[in-house]
Amino acid sequence: MIQDLVVHGVYIVYAVLMLMTVGLLLTWVERKQGAIMSDRIGANRAYLRIPFTQVKLVWWGLFHGLADGMKMLLKEDWRPASYDRVAYALAPWFAFVPVMLVFSVIPFGGELVPGTFFGWFDGISNWFGDRSYALQVAPLDAGLLVVFALGGIAVLGAMLAGWSSNNKFSLLGAVRAGSQMISYEVVIALTVIGLILIYGTVNLVDIVEQQSGLLFGFLPAWGIFLQPFAAILFLVAAQAENQRAPFDLPEAESELISGYYTEYSAMKMGLFMFAEFIHIAIIAALFTTLFLGGYNLPYMTDAGFLLPGGIAIALPHVLVVLLQVSVFWIKVFLMCSFLILVRWSLPRFRYDQLLRFAWRFLLPLALINLVITAIAVWALSGAGA
Amino acid sequence: MSRFPDRRRKYWNEPELGWWERIYLLEVLRGLSITGGVFFTNLGRWIRGTKGAVTSYYPEETRPDYAAHNRGKHVLTQRPDGRPQCVACNLCATVCPAKVIEIEAGFDPDDPAHPKYPKRFEIDYSRCIFCGLCVEACPEDAIRMVRQVPKLPLPQRTGFWLGREELLSWQPARDPAKPYPAAPVPGSVGGENLPAAEARPGSPPQSARASADTTGAPHTP
Repeated sequence: MIQDLVVHGVYIVYAVLMLMTVGLLLTWVERKQGAIMSDRIGANRAYLRIPFTQVKLVWWGLFHGLADGMKMLLKEDWRPASYDRVAYALAPWFAFVPVMLVFSVIPFGGELVPGTFFGWFDGISNWFGDRSYALQVAPLDAGLLVVFALGGIAVLGAMLAGWSSNNKFSLLGAVRAGSQMISYEVVIALTVIGLILIYGTVNLVDIVEQQSGLLFGFLPAWGIFLQPFAAILFLVAAQAENQRAPFDLPEAESELISGYYTEYSAMKMGLFMFAEFIHIAIIAALFTTLFLGGYNLPYMTDAGFLLPGGIAIALPHVLVVLLQVSVFWIKVFLMCSFLILVRWSLPRFRYDQLLRFAWRFLLPLALINLVITAIAVWALSGAGA
Repeated sequence: MSRFPDRRRKYWNEPELGWWERIYLLEVLRGLSITGGVFFTNLGRWIRGTKGAVTSYYPEETRPDYAAHNRGKHVLTQRPDGRPQCVACNLCATVCPAKVIEIEAGFDPDDPAHPKYPKRFEIDYSRCIFCGLCVEACPEDAIRMVRQVPKLPLPQRTGFWLGREELLSWQPARDPAKPYPAAPVPGSVGGENLPAAEARPGSPPQSARASADTTGAPHTP
């Protein structure tokens, strides 16, 4: 019992630290990648000086994220003249916490047997025994449903912020955010139902485990090869859900200053920004889990590698776990980079185009995809026999 | 106003979208491949150690290709003996729209031809707008603007005041000043000074200054 508590406590600390780090890193990646894409140099001024020396560590502007964080923390927490105190204070947390919580159901590795990690110390090793845990903060059977439930709460943050600031721009941004997020939530749900039909479960650990094999003997059995159409739709809708270009209508700078958080300053505004960047990582993690096989590499099993020629390379459990976790994060980083590429490439939609795109283009496509998937699954599973 | 305000006007040169452009997704992929290609090209340049950007690290790295007509820096022209040609008349300070020139006049009893000289001549580069009106206003051709820029930016504001010594760092060999005019000798109009004065208009400035150097007469009346 206490062992469970210890392991899950470690998971929670790890997940929070990882998400914070990734969020901080993404602010830098966003600037630097955008700069390199547009022939610029990008962030390059912030540095850490090694104490008592004149050695300045610039590291390609990597510390700009830290500098930003310091600025946000130390700034004056300015408030508008009239506002709803409770809602105004709660709104950033409503935007930030659900996004963080989504990660609790995402498996970031396979099975973990903590006992094997302490082979050098029998006391701990025996205490853990041969218990094994899935590398997932909250082992919930309702994994995907939790993701959608928390996504629904995230809308509240934007709405509360816009309403409580007592500002027309904020309110307009909030209204836009609300209708946009609800529209695209539908599309996301419909695209994922196809996957649920194929895998027959909403438990994300099971979904990832089913993606570990091979398809037709050469393709990795990743969701993107089973549901390529759904993968694209999911990515589009997720970018809209994240309110980033080309779907950044709720915070369109040229129209609404910065949308529903116009009246926020200092770390409250920082929380909104941070939530947005962590949301990128969450979307990438979800996409990795659902469509890119999670922590799976082709030909890799829980025991090591099993190459096509029947060659098996056995790896110790510790190494396998580390490999799986790093494969997961590498996939997540590549997806983040792709989402940032999209954000820096495409111009913003007009608002009517945005909603038309959701309801008259993405939604029918998602429905068609769902119907075809259902028929295919029914036919392959014995045609109702 | 159109009769149908909700209907967008159709222009004669309206671009027609093909079906592949209406699908939008394919064109998006094309756009992403372009921007991604630029990203990887530039990233490769940075990794190989060459520069992958068209912008420059400004204070550390200045552009070598300033235009020939760029005027970024003031210089005070000099008499052959190295003193400023300026007579501290304050015309430049008066005409300056940004009010950045400060001159403190001094009296030099050793040079009766030019007894008034600038003891202090300072330009505030943090406010200068580089309009060149000071050059236009100067009756003595004492202030000019050259192609280079001063070493800016600086860590503290006081450093933006460039004084007489910096402004006198002018190199006459590269930008010859107007030849030194003959000083009027009291009692004799023209006289032995006349040939030097006549030689001025036609001859190139270099030789004129050389003759002024050799004669030395104007300085010691």
